[in-house]
Amino acid sequence: MSMWWRTIQLSIKSVLLHPLRSALTVLGIFIGVASVIWLLAMGEGIGKAAQEQIASLGALNIIVRTVKPSTDEVQDGSYGLTRSDYVRLVATIPTITKALPIRVLAQEFRYQTRSFEGRLVGCTPDYAEVTRLKLDQGRFLSDADLDHERNYCVLAAESANRLFPSGNSIGKDIMVDEQFYTVVGVMQPRAPSAGIGGSLAAEDYSKDVYVPITTLWRRIGDMIVVTKPGQFQRDWVEVSQITLQVAERDDVLRTADLVRTTIENEHSLPDYGVTVPLELLQQAETTRLMFILFLGLIAAISLVVGGIGIMNIMLATVTERTHEIGIRRALGAKRQDITRQFLIESTVLSLAGGLSGVIGGLFCRPLTLFLRDQLELWFPDQMSTLPELIRTMEPQLVSWSIPLAFVISLGVGILFGVYPALRAAQLDPIEALRHE
Amino acid sequence: MFADKPLAASISSLRKDYVLSGETVHALRGVSFDVPVGDFISIMGPSGSGKSTLLNLLGCLDRPTAGNYILGGDDVADMNDDELAETRARRIGFVFQSYNLLPALSVVENIEVPLYYSGQLNAATRARTLELAHLVGLESRLGHRPAQLSGGQQQRVAIARSLVNDPKFILADEPTGNLDSKTTGEILDLLKRLNSEGRTIIMVTHEPDVAEHTRRTIVLHDGKLQSDERR
Repeated sequence: MSMWWRTIQLSIKSVLLHPLRSALTVLGIFIGVASVIWLLAMGEGIGKAAQEQIASLGALNIIVRTVKPSTDEVQDGSYGLTRSDYVRLVATIPTITKALPIRVLAQEFRYQTRSFEGRLVGCTPDYAEVTRLKLDQGRFLSDADLDHERNYCVLAAESANRLFPSGNSIGKDIMVDEQFYTVVGVMQPRAPSAGIGGSLAAEDYSKDVYVPITTLWRRIGDMIVVTKPGQFQRDWVEVSQITLQVAERDDVLRTADLVRTTIENEHSLPDYGVTVPLELLQQAETTRLMFILFLGLIAAISLVVGGIGIMNIMLATVTERTHEIGIRRALGAKRQDITRQFLIESTVLSLAGGLSGVIGGLFCRPLTLFLRDQLELWFPDQMSTLPELIRTMEPQLVSWSIPLAFVISLGVGILFGVYPALRAAQLDPIEALRHE
Repeated sequence: MFADKPLAASISSLRKDYVLSGETVHALRGVSFDVPVGDFISIMGPSGSGKSTLLNLLGCLDRPTAGNYILGGDDVADMNDDELAETRARRIGFVFQSYNLLPALSVVENIEVPLYYSGQLNAATRARTLELAHLVGLESRLGHRPAQLSGGQQQRVAIARSLVNDPKFILADEPTGNLDSKTTGEILDLLKRLNSEGRTIIMVTHEPDVAEHTRRTIVLHDGKLQSDERR
């Protein structure tokens, strides 16, 4: 034990004998180890952001939505999901525990002299829960509201703000498409989240007005009038989207297949889309793993480069210290003593790189955030073209990456130190003594 | 006076052949002599006489092609590389012409190197190291590096180092070759004092003046013993 300790002391001494050379060698390993930790942290951060985005769609959900086909395929302006699709899905697939049809229209909302453009969302009482909207005042829509096709509405936070800047909107009547709706509730504000529409684009809930879907069907109907310059077009859409929920995660993929088949049989046009967040979640996981693998490869390359640096410097050291090796051999050092001495020296170098690399790795998060802030400050245009995921990603230090990086650096030191050490040990003591 | 002494080492019919670019060179062609305990032998001879080869063999840095080299009851010719190293660490003390101290180590650490390789580094041997440093007159320079010492002082460190294992004999290879005449005298006095205290010393030299200080001179010529005279 004391022999090992003596050898370690000796190695540190001879490493410190050439501070610049040793520091440059250590730098190679430092970069390798720090990049392992950084890249893993970034991979984890990006993966987490993507997963959160997808999870906000609900892992137990299956989203079927109306997609407008190209105009020449549509015969009479009628396309998309229908009320009978909804009925059929609920009736034929037993694993579906909740089905949530919605109909979304762009509308103008008025109260006295105030008005704004927003989304009129025809929905069912479950909508608030499934989209995780929380109530601020009053109540959300009820089953009775739907059954009686009442002209009640619930305002999203921003909608309430626009029409009733002084608050106190409950019981007031707002005008939508020439008809009056009584406000029964106001929702809490909510940050835009990944689209319930099935795309991953963020969806803004803030300018919504929620009404019973039955009321919407009765009073507004299925017709959408699109006016463009020189063109007047009428479309008929019954349901914009149906969000289906199952009870068990295991049932999601099977149910999704059934949903696809059921709807496929009824639709000759490609006028619908099925989004399964769980599938996206699994895809995102695969992408993340590939990403980590790819980054890991880059880190591995930099570690190999660092290792070659160590090997290079150790070979130079062995040549430079041939005379010393000769003296030590003459004074009784066995081959294994020489091997150990040089192996420990290369390990000391790489462990120094490993330790400083771990410390560098710990600065990943603050440094990345700082760099991003600076980039946004100096190059706002270029930064805004980057994907949302990259701009908002926060590196997450992966706890096992630190011992991993440490073990790798140790391994690199030993692996790339073995050859120079063996070469030192194989020197003939007489030749080595004569070497000046 | 040495006839009845026990032997520190004994060589008989020692031969060493080298193959140099396809040609066999007979560096030693059958050399025999005994080294009684307490002897002080100088080995002389012109270059090419086999002096260096004999020195390497005596120092267990190499194995003979034929013949025997008995050291403390063991035949060096039968030893493997590790056993040779072990023998160097425990039974032989080396003193070189160019001192061969390790530049990164202090005086004390340099003296301790053979102990380190024979696994005997402990408090008792540390005391012995200090004692030896005192013996060679370097007690005030224990923490110095070799570069901070004069040639004579470095050679004193090397002599202390050669004694630290309590070896069978000290093998000195031109120990005064790099020193001026005054320092040469001091080093020779030190070696003679050690010899008078019972140490066995074998010294290779090409200077007859230096050889005169020893008890016995062996002259090699062309790989053979030319003369073996006791003063």
